[in-house]
Amino acid sequence: MSILSVTGVSRAFGGVHALQACSLEVDEGSIAGLIGPNGSGKTTLFNVVTGYVRADQGAVRFRDEDITGLKPNQVFARGIGRTFQLTRIFERLSVLENMLVATQRQEGWLRGLTRSKSSAEEVATALELLDFVGIAELAELQAGALSYGQRKLLELAYVLVADPQVILLDEPAGGVNLTLINRIAEKIRALNAQGKTFLIVEHNMEFVMSLCDRVTVMHQGCNLVSGTPEEVRRDPKVLDAYLGGGEEEFEEVAGG
Amino acid sequence: MRHWSRAAWALGLAALALFPVVVSNPAYTTIGVFTLIYMACATSWNMFSGYTGYIALGSAVSYGVGAYTMALVSIHANMTPGASMFWLVPLGGLLATLVAVPIGAIALRVRRHTFVVITIAIFFVFQLTAINVGFTGSTSGLILPFISWSESYYNLPFYYVGLGLVIFATILSAVVRRSRFGLQMLAIRDDEDRALGLGVRTTAVKLTGFALAQFTIGMAGALYAMFVGQIFPQFVFDPLFDVSIALMAFLGGFGTLVGPLLGALILESFQQWLTLSFSNSSLYLILFGALFLLVILFMPQGIVVFVRDRVTRRVAREKAAVAASETTLAGSGA
Repeated sequence: MSILSVTGVSRAFGGVHALQACSLEVDEGSIAGLIGPNGSGKTTLFNVVTGYVRADQGAVRFRDEDITGLKPNQVFARGIGRTFQLTRIFERLSVLENMLVATQRQEGWLRGLTRSKSSAEEVATALELLDFVGIAELAELQAGALSYGQRKLLELAYVLVADPQVILLDEPAGGVNLTLINRIAEKIRALNAQGKTFLIVEHNMEFVMSLCDRVTVMHQGCNLVSGTPEEVRRDPKVLDAYLGGGEEEFEEVAGG
Repeated sequence: MRHWSRAAWALGLAALALFPVVVSNPAYTTIGVFTLIYMACATSWNMFSGYTGYIALGSAVSYGVGAYTMALVSIHANMTPGASMFWLVPLGGLLATLVAVPIGAIALRVRRHTFVVITIAIFFVFQLTAINVGFTGSTSGLILPFISWSESYYNLPFYYVGLGLVIFATILSAVVRRSRFGLQMLAIRDDEDRALGLGVRTTAVKLTGFALAQFTIGMAGALYAMFVGQIFPQFVFDPLFDVSIALMAFLGGFGTLVGPLLGALILESFQQWLTLSFSNSSLYLILFGALFLLVILFMPQGIVVFVRDRVTRRVAREKAAVAASETTLAGSGA
């Protein structure tokens, strides 16, 4: 049963149709991949789902609820977390404070004024998650001092703070070394085993093909093909979309 | 380190509290009152602008609303001139906060640079309105009930109420900084959209911070009106007010707790001294302009951060030197 479904979503920026009647189903408990050439609308789709960009048409549903047009904070509060392609952290806050920003509380906004930054319990959860991604020893460091890879891990960690059901990762393996890519893949598998659903945009084919249960290929703003990694790998339409023919080159990209 | 900083705060507070006891010349205690008013305003301004990174240049609206609350209520309620008028100070703050809610709701719809421009535009709407409506006394201003305290006593109550405002603003700013709400403001400063995506209700946080910051500024405006006894729209709704408090915060340390206090202490007392010594009330503008350039060029993070960085670097260097000499010793011993 699908936990997240996108139906017929369109979005244009001026004359550019970033998304055209794009549809996508993500099954609960799965790791879904989203691939496609640059400019095919993957990030725009993420932005529509998480409320950063309004859809001109179409609907986004999370479980049984229509979440189309909700604000990013409301989407996050419902249990959909995301990371960004270029990591975005709060550089002048400490790593631990970065985690605490994401802490969700069921309290009126005025209560935030009188309540302290964090309870002992919240700090413990934050440290646990930092430990999970492997940067707990950096908790007191100013986040601006982190390396690119550490930032990726921090971003993953603070999205987990609110215990989201669905996690959208925008190029988690982009620009990091192989060891770290493997570590990130391992964390994703561990979280998936705990029941978390993933939707991952990624250009690293090996990463996508080895990790994902289902892969959707996007092309010019719409979903072209969906299937298991094997099916997608063999689909001629995918090769056309990526390379306009030229089978050998795709084999190279796919690492096959 | 914590003991050291606590001692510094206590020392600073004691120095401010004892100043009028030691210096009894009214010319200097007048400077003291103005300096305290600006210390409170700069701290309060920094509590919103310094924490969120949204530079608001329309705080003179709050100052003016506070000043006119004091003037209009004391005149129309036929209040007995004297200490009872101090009760209007918090009322001025309250009205300034209420006025700030719709202003913030409009101005905070836009980001960063546009926000700065909108706050300036709203300020001029208020200034022009104040100059052109009748009840503000228009360009001839309003005269408040005359308080007939002796010359040697007059400044003292104002000085200590001013000090109270500074303490209030500083404690509020410290509490906010340590609260979850303050953390959310700092997150907005670093990356507003990311904060929104992590569930921070950015609009509510910004609006609350903005309105809250106006409370002390409104109180300061009310105190100012009572202190000088006569107010003019063009002087309480003064564009230079915002330029001054922003410069004070930047000079001392934008976004820090001590920075605005230090900046206001230096700049306001200096400005008042210039006015007193050269009987020229605009001379400071030239100096402030030059100083602003220097701060932005050489100390963009302000005195506090500048000094803190020097100290941290020196401590680190000394530690490294000690470690190096120990290795040498160990090396020669072996």
